[in-house]
Amino acid sequence: MSHALLDLRNLSKAYGSVTAVDDVSVSLAAGEFLSFLGPSGSGKTTTLAMIAGLVEPTSGEILLNAKPLNPLPPYKRNIGMVFQNYALFPHMTVAKNIAFPLEMRGTAADQIEARVGRVLTLVGLQNYGPRLPSQLSGGQQQRIALARAMVFEPPLLLMDEPLGALDKKLREQMQLEIMQLHRKLGMSIIYVTHDQEEALTMSDRIAVFNNGKIEQVGTPAELYEEPATRFVANFIGETNLFPGKVSAVAEGCCIVAGGDLRLRARHRSGIRSGQDVFVAVRPERTLLSPPAHALGDENKLLGQISELIYLGKSRKYVIRSGDMQLTVLQQITTSGEAAFNIGDAVAVHWNAEDAVAVPDLARS
Amino acid sequence: MTHARAESWWRALRVLITVLLVIFLVAPMIIVVIISFSSAQFLMFPPPGFSMQWYRKIFADPAWFDSLTTSIEIVVPTGLLAMIIGTAAALGLSRGNIPGKAVITGVLMSPIVVPVIVIAAGMFGAYRVWNLNGTLTGFILAHTVLTVPYVVSTVLASLQMVDEQYEKAALTLGASPWVAFRRIVLPLILPGVLSGLLFAMVISFDELVVSLFIGSPTFRPVTVQMWSDVLGDIDPTIAAIGTLLFLFSLLVLLAEAVMRQTGIGAGRAGLLEPAP
Repeated sequence: MSHALLDLRNLSKAYGSVTAVDDVSVSLAAGEFLSFLGPSGSGKTTTLAMIAGLVEPTSGEILLNAKPLNPLPPYKRNIGMVFQNYALFPHMTVAKNIAFPLEMRGTAADQIEARVGRVLTLVGLQNYGPRLPSQLSGGQQQRIALARAMVFEPPLLLMDEPLGALDKKLREQMQLEIMQLHRKLGMSIIYVTHDQEEALTMSDRIAVFNNGKIEQVGTPAELYEEPATRFVANFIGETNLFPGKVSAVAEGCCIVAGGDLRLRARHRSGIRSGQDVFVAVRPERTLLSPPAHALGDENKLLGQISELIYLGKSRKYVIRSGDMQLTVLQQITTSGEAAFNIGDAVAVHWNAEDAVAVPDLARS
Repeated sequence: MTHARAESWWRALRVLITVLLVIFLVAPMIIVVIISFSSAQFLMFPPPGFSMQWYRKIFADPAWFDSLTTSIEIVVPTGLLAMIIGTAAALGLSRGNIPGKAVITGVLMSPIVVPVIVIAAGMFGAYRVWNLNGTLTGFILAHTVLTVPYVVSTVLASLQMVDEQYEKAALTLGASPWVAFRRIVLPLILPGVLSGLLFAMVISFDELVVSLFIGSPTFRPVTVQMWSDVLGDIDPTIAAIGTLLFLFSLLVLLAEAVMRQTGIGAGRAGLLEPAP
């Protein structure tokens, strides 16, 4: 942890009796792209505002390059921030907006001009300096906001749902541009979003927020393959969850009994025999077959197809089994009719390596 | 066909009602302006002929000239003081994190709601203790109290249009709170601040009741002079001075309208180069 650029230690923020951020600890390595992902009201934006100095923490420490940031007001922190609605100053031209942080730092006029020009080129808007923000499209305003936040070369760039106001197509294009800038300039970025797809696409690591706490920090693959909690399993991608109780634990694998199901699943350390767990299985890792063909009695569920949705490159089946409902995603690799139809009795099964047991915090 | 005819009939009616209403509102002022140029020796309409005698009388009579000067001496500092205090109050109320905001707003706005005669009597009593009756300082302070609410409400309205994100962005870009105010917030609320200033000046210039109470025979603004003139012998001097006041208010209103049109400080300044 000695290489951490930014270190949040037990950071909390309470508004009266409401705890917005609850004991958050996470660190960011230099050059890393870290996302704060979570539903609205999960504390991710408040955490970001505390790093920027716009919100004062109730307790906890923020360290930048091992120096405490807490006593510094926002204007002495030297951290770039991109706001959700861009917050470009409407009475200043694009060039004046970008020059603002340099003026505040007493940069010489000729240098300001050169640096504004350079950063405008970087975001692909070199001729837009004399324009007013109101004369730009949403995507262009976003680029200018980005240019303004990085022109003074801050060691850390914070982005608060920067693409939330853009339409899907433009958002995907801007995601790529931000990733390219990140790679090219080696910036360290904390990126707040509620869009799990965006977080998976862009991030080196993701911190998943829920109810003011961080549920898990990890690479996109880790979060997808090894969710630590039920919330993470549910929030990142689609997932089928089976409640049950651990009946036996073996090397890297455990047996879970849930109703008349017998499940074999991978698990993270810390799962004990007798513990209440959920077994999470991704829809695209399951297989469908006629009931008679299914072998064995582990990781298998008999049910009936209640919904069939055609998605172009795949078909989504909703299977009913007793009071349980699960989703199966099947790639379409050849043209032709679906192998199964609504009302068909089927068996759903999967490999033990594709199931993971997560602790059920509500019951244990 | 009939539909079109009915439509034009309604339009004619609308125009007629509007014209009548405008005449009803403006006619008294027009009559005052006409009488001020009267050649008669007393108030009568229509005047038998026209002359500039009453304007000459105003500028020749030291009582009128002094009272006009007194009014200007009161109005300018009052306007500036009300502008500064009102803007600061509005900023605190909209951006500050202070308890009892509603109560403070209520107290600040009370001079608009409380009957003027009550305020006047109260000030008269207080000024007797402080020896401020009949002084410039007393007038400026009293009129500032009366005009601050107008500045507060215009500036508050402007501030509501300015996203707080701008200030936060300025802070993260390295501007201290004072610089963020001066460079970002003030230019954006300037139209509101200036119309507050103009309102304050017009209200102060127009004020009679409080001025009657705290004035003295040797220190009287133009409204008090008018009042005592009307109580004595009435001649068209009053119409001439009324016309001058009317002109002042008109100019202020025009200035305000021009300001809004050109959008001083509202982000529409500067010639723009065409897009590539």
